[in-house]
Amino acid sequence: MKIIRIKEKFKELKKRRECALIGFVTAGDPTPDDTVDIVNSMIRGGADLIELGLPFSDPIADGVVIQKASERSLNAGMNPDLFFELAKKIEKVPKVCLTYYNIVLQRGLDKFARDCTESGIDGLIVPDLPVEEATPLLLACNKHDINLIFLVAQTTTEERLQKILEVSRGFLYVVSLLGVTGARKELSGTINPLIRKVKQASDKIPLAVGFGISNPKQVKEVCDAGADGVIVGSAFVKIIEENAGNKEQMLQTLEEFTRRLKQVTKP
Amino acid sequence: MTLPDKLGRFDGYGGRFAPEVLMPALEELEAAFDKYRRDEEFRQELSYYQTEFAGRPTPLYYARNLTEQIGGAKIYLKREDLVHGGAHKLNNTLGQVLLAKKMGKKRIIAETGAGQHGVATAIAAAALGIKCEVYMGTEDIERQSLNVFRMKLMDAKVIPVESGSCTLKDAVNEAMRDWLTNIKSTYYLIGSIVGPHPYPMIVREFQRIIGIETKKQINEKEDRLPDSIVACVGGGSNAIGIFYEFLEDDVELIGVEAGGKGIKTGKHGATLCAGTDGVLHGACSKLLQDKDGQITVSYSIAAGLDYPGVGPELSYLMKKNRITATSVTDDEALEAFKLLSRVEGIVPALESAHAIYHTIKIAKQMKKDQIIVMNLSGRGDKDVFTIADALGEKI
Repeated sequence: MKIIRIKEKFKELKKRRECALIGFVTAGDPTPDDTVDIVNSMIRGGADLIELGLPFSDPIADGVVIQKASERSLNAGMNPDLFFELAKKIEKVPKVCLTYYNIVLQRGLDKFARDCTESGIDGLIVPDLPVEEATPLLLACNKHDINLIFLVAQTTTEERLQKILEVSRGFLYVVSLLGVTGARKELSGTINPLIRKVKQASDKIPLAVGFGISNPKQVKEVCDAGADGVIVGSAFVKIIEENAGNKEQMLQTLEEFTRRLKQVTKP
Repeated sequence: MTLPDKLGRFDGYGGRFAPEVLMPALEELEAAFDKYRRDEEFRQELSYYQTEFAGRPTPLYYARNLTEQIGGAKIYLKREDLVHGGAHKLNNTLGQVLLAKKMGKKRIIAETGAGQHGVATAIAAAALGIKCEVYMGTEDIERQSLNVFRMKLMDAKVIPVESGSCTLKDAVNEAMRDWLTNIKSTYYLIGSIVGPHPYPMIVREFQRIIGIETKKQINEKEDRLPDSIVACVGGGSNAIGIFYEFLEDDVELIGVEAGGKGIKTGKHGATLCAGTDGVLHGACSKLLQDKDGQITVSYSIAAGLDYPGVGPELSYLMKKNRITATSVTDDEALEAFKLLSRVEGIVPALESAHAIYHTIKIAKQMKKDQIIVMNLSGRGDKDVFTIADALGEKI
């Protein structure tokens, strides 16, 4: 299947001086039947990229909202085979898969990367796979032309940042705060210096900021600080959770919320 | 070569599969441990607390009554149940709390299953004067209310964990999330030889004292090494603690895991016996998981053995055929629990009772001049409600 490239998307947005809105949802939440409709609502609302979570039973980097979504999804029968089937049905925007390393490992690194390619996924994020442990998966991803996306945090040292930049492809995932995913009232005051630090180290790779970002004001703050993209996750998942009984309303709310976020990413 | 290597690997097992936020903290911890393990003042301070506070060395007790009743090999018990707090866990927590203080940390967090590690952390934190918070699954809080109360008495805050199976693995998840959030001020004190490098190494080094003492004591008493050493395995800290000193010797080393309701029922915690390779809680090791890599819920009557993972070093030693593993069911452990209490006047922890059952089983098949050392990792006071319940008695 045709792969819409992350790189092209960031280029296109840069020309328009727009910041990318990257929307995350857990695939299979509340049920696998809902996922394509949910993602399409977000795309209609203006999401530029979609990050699709393949749930793991023990997601240590996630806060309670995404933990619960993972549980709902797994209880509804989500599994990797189904995940790739669903991913194939999502078109129009670049797709990124987020999952934990054990899920990739059990499928087989090569098979996982190949399945990504075959379902049109252009990027892979594995939050519990630091650069030191990533060589085997990097080889598999390079072979199948998948972008392995790494995270950097406030605690990342200069030395580690260089190592990460050397192997990062697609975009660099800048973790805005110390902690797990989930909405925060205020963004960390250290986000601006962190963006500057990473930008200084490399201007070759787009930089997307995530964790804790949940409203248009925060999205604007991150875009204004010089990020190329902003990742919103738990806020979308929360809408799904709150409207689980009323799909029509859920889809409408998601679309409207996406539109409000996208608006502020434009100049 | 001594393992782990620089990447924290035990020949493929182990490693450091942790979120980026934690990586610099793990590097900091590794450097601090490396410095203080060789620091004379640190060693003396730890030795002082081990002796004057924890009550080390613990006896290596000849279980004469049990030996005579079984009529096989001589059975010795390494009495870790006599360590202050009632289990071997304090060996590790004293070492790590001392390390945390040297590192200038202001707060200790820990996870606990049976509550023994939580209690041991609370004890060390109170003794050394540092704030302590313990994550514990609500299922375990229910099963181990006595230990919950003990922790509170020692001014530790117990934080209930309601995610997943509400047991040890979920408490580990939650403690890791806390650490991610409070990385600069907080020391995460892992209680077993699990987690990302350097934890499996640090915990082993602080538990090695069990084996060091055992070797000296058995040589004094019998002028020879034992034929077999038996220890129960949840994460594996008491097992590696007694095994490590004997790895190069001609001594059979046996880990006993939780057979729960029987391996075939799927309700067990026998990771070495029935697990497959994977990555959980920061390390590659054997795990209980389904074909997709989702971690399955473990089960045991003994909360301390109820964990779907195991220390990477034990997975490695299994692969090398240096240790063997077996499993003992709930019912068998209960039987051994009652027997040891009755004939020796020692009420063992349910975890240790698993090792007792297997010790008795192999002692019967061995000659009278052969020797087994069993690591009696903890005392059973914490388990009396569970036992009474299982026996259908009200107390």
